[in-house]
Amino acid sequence: MKINLKVWRQKNNKAKGELKDYKVDHVSPDMSFLEMFDVLNEELITKGDDPIAFDHDCREGICGSCSMHINGRPHGPLAGVTTCQLHMRSFSDGDTIVVEPWRAGAFPVTKDLSVDRTAFDRIIAAGGFISVNTGNAQDANNLPIGKEQADEAFMSAACIGCGACVAACKNASAMLFVSAKVSQLALLPQGQPEAKMRVMAMVNQMDAEGFGSCTNTGACSAECPKGIDLSNIARMNREFFSANLTGK
Amino acid sequence: MNWIITFLKSSIGKKLLMGLTGLFLCTFLIVHLIGNLQLLKHDGGMAFNTYAVFMTSNPLIKFVSYGLYAIILFHAFWGLYLVSQNKKARPVQYAAYNGKANSHWTSRWMGVLGTMILAFLVFHMWGFWAQYKFGEVPYTIYERNLATGEITFANFEGEIAGKMERYISNDTEFTIVKDLYVVVADAFQELWIVILYVLSMGALAFHLVHGFSSSFQTLGVHHKKYNALIKGIGVWVFGVIIPILFAIMPIYFKFFI
Repeated sequence: MKINLKVWRQKNNKAKGELKDYKVDHVSPDMSFLEMFDVLNEELITKGDDPIAFDHDCREGICGSCSMHINGRPHGPLAGVTTCQLHMRSFSDGDTIVVEPWRAGAFPVTKDLSVDRTAFDRIIAAGGFISVNTGNAQDANNLPIGKEQADEAFMSAACIGCGACVAACKNASAMLFVSAKVSQLALLPQGQPEAKMRVMAMVNQMDAEGFGSCTNTGACSAECPKGIDLSNIARMNREFFSANLTGK
Repeated sequence: MNWIITFLKSSIGKKLLMGLTGLFLCTFLIVHLIGNLQLLKHDGGMAFNTYAVFMTSNPLIKFVSYGLYAIILFHAFWGLYLVSQNKKARPVQYAAYNGKANSHWTSRWMGVLGTMILAFLVFHMWGFWAQYKFGEVPYTIYERNLATGEITFANFEGEIAGKMERYISNDTEFTIVKDLYVVVADAFQELWIVILYVLSMGALAFHLVHGFSSSFQTLGVHHKKYNALIKGIGVWVFGVIIPILFAIMPIYFKFFI
């Protein structure tokens, strides 16, 4: 396959970026999207050009590092996959593909396609934890938790913090991410002692980072590689109302 | 009280204000529709005109209507403020953005649809509310035969103290009333006004297709058992039935009277 690329190149956070055209010949349909970029980067390095910076780590679809906005959609045209699990067979020979970094004020571009997502880390640090005394692990099933409850918490915990929700949202809102992180703990008994403080602190941090607010378009959930449901956002709203109305 | 301010200033609190005011406006639409359907009654506008007097004289309703105007303005300008805030959250736009792949267009165009509705409301209030309150509106006398229920009416040339006078003599009920009906009927003889009204009801329909169910999600109401019902009411009642019934009124006056 021959693929034409329009890739966002930006030297650093301060520099002005632009879309640059690249041609990649000899693309195998079995390559992942990132492997196609590896091939392109090899060529750029051989020519003495600066390779394109992009984030990646596990390449198994579970780490949430790869963050390309491909043809107007986070992680490209497929539902429920990250960029590393997108293969070139999803495109046709001769296609032109536009590749941009996540766009959000709270995710500044560090270089090319790589963005700084530490805003998410600061939101987690604000309240996305539980306090337990260390020591021996408890016996399994010591705390009775209903299966449905456990399953729901697990679905929320599937969030890998990739930021596709922010990238897809027309308001660059982080509500789906934050609500998944609030929900996974709000649904379990271990999360109860700090529940009110948690949701207040995490929402405050989310607002302080400059993410937009939710207008319920549903784009976040539709683009989420882990299929995090919109019910999480409704749950976070309820948690937030209750914490404000009844918290100390 | 500080906590309320902090709460309402948060991103979720701001949205809550949009949702609650939006739902209030949805309930207003139902009342407004039921009242205005009296325009379609074949009584020369007697029912509609007496209703208009009631709506503009009853102190409780007057109080609620000024609250309503305030809420309309708040919902509109708060919405525009939120749109501008949300735009700031993405200072550099995408070169390629495929919104239709992941969301319904009505949800992405709420600000534009809302602005169209606001512009319509200015025109609507100027055309009817301001005319009724400040303009020269004729008076009509209705004579209703209490035995047969038959209604005849004629232009009333004299003067009365308020907006309406009603008395009974010789088994006939006489009603002299400020005639808003004729103002409406005259306005809807203009084709461009009819078109403007019908298009505006289209904007309202699409605004509510997303807006109604979205308010519930913001309020935290999200449950498998009720989602379809809420979405269904939003689409069919507020997105189809109510706007069509409103749109029928100008069409009726232009083409069927």
